[in-house]
Amino acid sequence: MKRQEFTILESTAVPLPLANIDTDQIIPARFLSATVREGFGEKLFRDWRFDGNGNPIPGFVLNRPEYRGEILITGSNFGCGSSREHAVWAITGHGFRAVVSDSFADIFMNNALNNGLLTVTVSKEFLAQLTELVNSHPTTTVRIDLPEQVISVPSSGLRSGFPVNPFRKECLIKGLDNIDYLLSMKEEILEFEKRRQP
Amino acid sequence: MSGKTLFDKIWDAHAVRSIQGGPDVLYIDRHYIHEVTSPQAFSGLRTRGVSVLRPERTVATADHNIPTVNQHLPVADPVSRSQVETLEENCHAAGITYFGMGDPGNGIVHVTGPERGYTLPGMTIVCGDSHTSTHGAFGTIAFGIGTSEVEMVLATQCLLQARPKQMRINVKGKLREGVTSKDLILYIIASLGAGGATGYFVEYAGEAVRKLSMESRMTVCNMSIEMGARGGLIAPDEVTFNWLAQIPSVSDNPEFSHLIHRWHSLRSDCGAHFGREVTFNAHEIPPMITYGTNPGKGMAIDGVIPSPGKAGPTFPASGHSTGSSYLKSLVYMGFRPGMKLLGHPIDYVFLGSCTNGRIEDLRLFAAAVAGKKRSAGVTALIVPGSQQVARQAEREGLTETLRLAGFEMRQPGCSSCLAMNEDKIPAGKYAVSTSNRNFEGRQGPGARTLLAGPLVAAAAAVTGRITDPRELNWQQ
Repeated sequence: MKRQEFTILESTAVPLPLANIDTDQIIPARFLSATVREGFGEKLFRDWRFDGNGNPIPGFVLNRPEYRGEILITGSNFGCGSSREHAVWAITGHGFRAVVSDSFADIFMNNALNNGLLTVTVSKEFLAQLTELVNSHPTTTVRIDLPEQVISVPSSGLRSGFPVNPFRKECLIKGLDNIDYLLSMKEEILEFEKRRQP
Repeated sequence: MSGKTLFDKIWDAHAVRSIQGGPDVLYIDRHYIHEVTSPQAFSGLRTRGVSVLRPERTVATADHNIPTVNQHLPVADPVSRSQVETLEENCHAAGITYFGMGDPGNGIVHVTGPERGYTLPGMTIVCGDSHTSTHGAFGTIAFGIGTSEVEMVLATQCLLQARPKQMRINVKGKLREGVTSKDLILYIIASLGAGGATGYFVEYAGEAVRKLSMESRMTVCNMSIEMGARGGLIAPDEVTFNWLAQIPSVSDNPEFSHLIHRWHSLRSDCGAHFGREVTFNAHEIPPMITYGTNPGKGMAIDGVIPSPGKAGPTFPASGHSTGSSYLKSLVYMGFRPGMKLLGHPIDYVFLGSCTNGRIEDLRLFAAAVAGKKRSAGVTALIVPGSQQVARQAEREGLTETLRLAGFEMRQPGCSSCLAMNEDKIPAGKYAVSTSNRNFEGRQGPGARTLLAGPLVAAAAAVTGRITDPRELNWQQ
């Protein structure tokens, strides 16, 4: 099954400079009863966006119209907590295609890459500079070049490389599905089962 | 650098293929599934026209989204009911063993799996739940996965997984009286921070770990994820083999003694190298309580809430707390830097979850409250981790002891840990909880969670305030 290819993304960005944003904030547990992958976008950060009466909480970045874009910029240890992939579906469902931080929780990063959501890991210093720039100038365009593994702000000199596992990179660029990859090696898996010590 | 770690031995035995510059293809021995993270995976298989490759290696339970009372009735909320029914239908269609609500084998996935003998030393184990690390207590590589990966395992019994770095945590000495394995792991997480072990798989070792019972080991491994570790394991030993020998389906296996012989080799070699090693002294560990909104924000029960960015005396520089995130969390909790929690009134107590919902946890709680009464202002949720635990509690008289003290035993499920069902803590209320996460809103929007072990929970339940369990008179 093919998914959308990720090569170059140029977009404005949404800054959310908090550390340890956990998956319960990204998508509260009460929304996990759904049995489909769709519909989670509107529940993203639900309890930070809306109060108990359903009124938007002013000041929260997603309620501020000047901050829009396909890139989310966050603090350290983003996505810690649960393995719920619904957190990624909420982020992509809302329209984001990449998240930038200086560190991501392991399970979250795996889930993100399995859904074509790019996790861009940069240094603390670069993250601080990028956040400051986007915060003060919401119309700033950020450019993420996956083949080159570079994140930059074309209108300023700000630029940084970022790491990506080569296999994951190829899958993202070509829109390849991991399950198809594994299914293609089914014979080898069956052979492995036969060879094992019982 | 010579010798392999236990992790290396298990991983190498399960790597089907190593992709150049990429992850390994890892074969999975045991796949646990539940109602919340599996439906989209099964739908995905149907869309692809692929069936479940190894239903016999897959075990299912309903735990996250079921009520803990009146389980003889259908699940009230239609969406939740549909989710549980979807799991049942999917399992039936695929020939997967399923323990539904009310079934004698039902319970929280990480409680029932081990107690039914589905978790064995040397296995690779996954589940769409981050506390899958629990099974590492048996000397397994066990970790949580997302729904897409659940689909991968259902389709091919394999996962694409990058080999993590390895850390060994050594715990010397012995835990003091009144201090539980929950306090031990909370102490470790407070020291390393919520992201302190990200990228690492942990091995817990040392004298104090060897002295832990299997259930205590499960509590420790369970919370590995809360410091960002991929998983955590403990090498199996006589304690492990004796525990497994009590399970008929395991000991009745004619290969059992042969398996034990093989399991003896499941340990790290003497010269094995770990990327990082950390050592703790068990006798320094006090009963713990958390004060913030991640599990790394813990302190001694009689401690003082630290100021932002300032190293506490016992837990230097844990968890990258920027001033604003940290202060925001204290405001949420209604706390201030410099405050002590001892004596602070609380509203709810939750004993349960895959962390502390087993028979030993119930025994500890019951022993601490025996002959006393639940404090009038405290609402308690006592939730056994499984039907088997509930039956055993009944047989041992624990259910009656609890009832006399004003605590009603509920029915098994994940309950208040993540409060997907009705067992929610109301906004602004303080809950001393033996579960594993104190994130904002985890136990209900606005709920204020203080994580603790079963003795701290028991002490709070009878006094109505944060109490050092060592100050309470009780018979161990």
